[in-house]
Amino acid sequence: MTPRLTSLLAALAIAGFATGAQAQEKLKIGMLATLSGPAAVLGQHMRDGFQLGVKHLGGKLGGMEVELVVADDELKPDVGIQKVQGLLERDKVDVVVGVIFSNVMMAISKPVFDSKTVLISPNAGPSPLAGKGCSPWFVSTAWQNDQNHEAMGKYAQDKGYKKIVLLAPNYQAGKDSMAGFKRHYRGEVLEEIFNQVNQLDFSAEIAKIAALKPDAVFAFEPGGMGVNFVKQYAQAGLAGKIPFLSAFTVDETTLPATQDAAVGLHSGAQWAPNLDNPVNKKFVADFEATYKYVPALYAAQGYDAALLIDAAVKAAGGKAKDKEAMRAAVRKASFTSVRGGAFKLNTNGFPLQDVYVVKAVKRADGKYATEIVSKVFSDFADAYAKDCPLK
Amino acid sequence: MSTTLLVVQILNGLQLGVLLFLIAAGLTLVFGVMDFINLAHGVQYMLGAYLAVMFYGLTGSFLAGLVLALLAALAFGLLLEFAVFRHLYDRDHLDQVIATFGVILFLNQGVKLVWGAAPLTLPIPELFSGSVRLMDGLLYPVWRLVVIASGLVAGVLLYGLVAHTRVGMLVRAGATDAPMVSALGVDIRRLFMIVFGFGTMLAGFAGIMVAPILSVEPGMGDTILILAFVVIVIGGIGSIRGAFLAALIVGLVDTLGRSFIVDILRLVMAPSPARTVGPALASMLIYLLMALVLYVRPTGLFPAKGR
Amino acid sequence: MAGRAAGRLLPLLIFAAFAATPLVAAATGDSFIVSLGIRVMIFAIAALALDLLVGYGALVSFGHAAFIGLGAYAVGILSAHGIADALVALPVALAVSGLFALATGIVCLRTKGVYFIMITLAFGQMAFFTASSLAPYGGDDGLTIRARSLVAGFPLFADDRAFFYVVLGFLLATYLACRAVVASRFGRVFRGSRENAVRMATLGFNVYRFQLAAYVIAGVIGGLSGFLLANATEFVSPAYMSWQRSGELLIMIIFGGLGSLDGAIIGTAAFLLLEQWLSGFTEHWKVIFGPLLVLVAVFARGGIVGLAGRLKELIRG
Repeated sequence: MTPRLTSLLAALAIAGFATGAQAQEKLKIGMLATLSGPAAVLGQHMRDGFQLGVKHLGGKLGGMEVELVVADDELKPDVGIQKVQGLLERDKVDVVVGVIFSNVMMAISKPVFDSKTVLISPNAGPSPLAGKGCSPWFVSTAWQNDQNHEAMGKYAQDKGYKKIVLLAPNYQAGKDSMAGFKRHYRGEVLEEIFNQVNQLDFSAEIAKIAALKPDAVFAFEPGGMGVNFVKQYAQAGLAGKIPFLSAFTVDETTLPATQDAAVGLHSGAQWAPNLDNPVNKKFVADFEATYKYVPALYAAQGYDAALLIDAAVKAAGGKAKDKEAMRAAVRKASFTSVRGGAFKLNTNGFPLQDVYVVKAVKRADGKYATEIVSKVFSDFADAYAKDCPLK
Repeated sequence: MSTTLLVVQILNGLQLGVLLFLIAAGLTLVFGVMDFINLAHGVQYMLGAYLAVMFYGLTGSFLAGLVLALLAALAFGLLLEFAVFRHLYDRDHLDQVIATFGVILFLNQGVKLVWGAAPLTLPIPELFSGSVRLMDGLLYPVWRLVVIASGLVAGVLLYGLVAHTRVGMLVRAGATDAPMVSALGVDIRRLFMIVFGFGTMLAGFAGIMVAPILSVEPGMGDTILILAFVVIVIGGIGSIRGAFLAALIVGLVDTLGRSFIVDILRLVMAPSPARTVGPALASMLIYLLMALVLYVRPTGLFPAKGR
Repeated sequence: MAGRAAGRLLPLLIFAAFAATPLVAAATGDSFIVSLGIRVMIFAIAALALDLLVGYGALVSFGHAAFIGLGAYAVGILSAHGIADALVALPVALAVSGLFALATGIVCLRTKGVYFIMITLAFGQMAFFTASSLAPYGGDDGLTIRARSLVAGFPLFADDRAFFYVVLGFLLATYLACRAVVASRFGRVFRGSRENAVRMATLGFNVYRFQLAAYVIAGVIGGLSGFLLANATEFVSPAYMSWQRSGELLIMIIFGGLGSLDGAIIGTAAFLLLEQWLSGFTEHWKVIFGPLLVLVAVFARGGIVGLAGRLKELIRG
């Protein structure tokens, strides 16, 4: 059979059975998230957000029945690789959605790209993937890791804080956060304090901050570290005195634990539950009704990932099993994000988006959440996109 | 680097030390006296914190929460002892390791099933919610003083109990030669159950006391467990006095290291490498300390006699 | 005699099962079991070394993952500098982990029992924090390796099935080497040091030296496992040498049964396959796996191998 005849027959087959065949064929999505250990709450937000997105679209993405396989990377890079190999080789998924942490992302990106499968990150955005190591198979519905830190640096600059102390755990993401902050901050950095990963007691750091008397503090302390630090910062009486700026530290995953200690603290974020647009209103209301907790940005990013896949399958003309078609479609896909307006991608697959300063509040219903204070950047592109050879 | 800051950081170091001792105390007791490696000590600490959060939520009173949580932690500990641990006392350490590791897996996931993955909080009781001024612009929460006091009390109590009471004597005798003590008409099983229950309560108590300062989350006991082991090993297993001193040393070394190591390194190297090397060095300082102590004194600072 | 034959049968069965895995994968179209098999065998290599220490010498090392990490980083760092040949990377990986074992062993072996557990942990943690601070090599984000190592310029490891048999070859070689070590005079002295160190010393053996040699052997084998792990995952990360990983390795060999070498392989396979299988069932698989470990500890003295042995006796009457 000549190739032309084959394609002709194939075309006929598609034309003839388009509706019937595709309704039966399921869209297989593999999700990899951190679902155990102290950081499990982040994975839970992301997964719940994604599942709500699928639910809102009637259990179908791009008109195809969805089969979602969820795997837990346990926050171990090699376990992540094993699980993603399972998704790719055994479950033969059409799209991979994940992950939460950059170190796991760095580990799994190669096997996913090598298999020529679209990888959608609803969270982690390490700089190598945004710059030189960018891939046509990669799209983020979150941010490049630096973006929210950059917003806080710009905010500190605009606020006129002259002297600042930076605090982050002693790991790569912590160093990146400080680099991101300093990109737009022109004032004096009095001290860069690196605490230990999973540190419990921050008395020493807090005493140091009090002694340095900065105009403001910028902290990146995700998860339990953030809870410990924020509580102890407030207990030491610094909360009202030295303005506290952060990113990924005070959000809806930690607010149930920090509560009043965190109220009034400012963070950088591309989204908050009260962001005023119809898509977001529906998302937040239904999320709280379904899962009984307030969504954090991780949930919003998961939700957008579902919307993105839906739009991509449509853009690919339903050819979700055709990986090349999906690769092209995922870049062209257009949908209205919970961030408001059309979702825009940069050449490196990371979003072009507005970034805000948000503030933790106690809502009228007694729950804690973040709220938009002001916009810092519009259609903000990350700093690494210029190194990405993709067009 | 001002003198005030140095003094404050030394205080912080001692404070962390007492905190560590509070957590390590139950472990020393069970490990040192019963020769039982209880890796589940960390999750029992976690369980104490979770139970306190739950009972506080139900009763609205910290004290009631504390008492109920302690009782519940004790009940659960005794259940574990009855169902699992008592079959392992006379076994190889490694059997104890695998069993208690299984308990860790179960409980870490269990609390997530029951209380959810999100971190929880326990407020500081109203009575102790004040603070004292430590230096310009820095307050010291009264609650931390309460934690320190309770750590000291726990230490004295334990020391007295093990070294100077009849029960303590029996326990020590039982640990050395269980069949002999048993032949003398003492119910060893019940004795060990009491000790284990006490250890469990100490773990739970530590969890409750630190809950207002720290995040209550699944897996919160895992890091603590390693720190507690570091403390009791440096101190010399079986020595409560050793554990106490080791806890203070670890607390001081860790805190002062974190506070000043970068400044110290800047004296001998350029600021940029100092900023890279300093924090890495600070992270491993307590392990360096442990290796050094064990190199010089292979059985810890205060090896218990006759073991 | 029957016991002897059975003793040989078990390893034969194990290696036959491994060897058949790619064939099963080809027959069923489930290529994932090849990747899974590679992972199991790589950890089994590390577990064999650990069993040598723990099962035969009562040296409970809680820092074994450090050797895996060192071996893996040797591959990663050399590859980052353009040296991607296994003929260089493998000797370097083995040498680095062996030297680390020698240097730390000299210190660690001064202690015994639980103190030994903790001092090995201390060195493991130091290695972990050092790797985490290696910013040029990704710090704790880890380092992606462009491609698997070449062998004399030939991409022997590139194909998963070929790599599978390479790993199987290394596992078999490690197993036979460990068997030989255990059976040798060296091994008898080393085992003797576990039973009664004082007697061995009075017999004129320098127990410390024997233990140190065993520790270095275990370190080198750990490095081999790390070399293979870096190639299998095409990635290295400080997480490869976390204390949790060291703990898991211990759990694997106790789970399988100590001091038989077969148990190390069986325990590793059982641990990793159960993890994979149960986690496919439910997100809360640890609620099942935890109690399972407890049951093994309480009822199966001597792990899976011990349990199997007693079952066999029971059947025979």
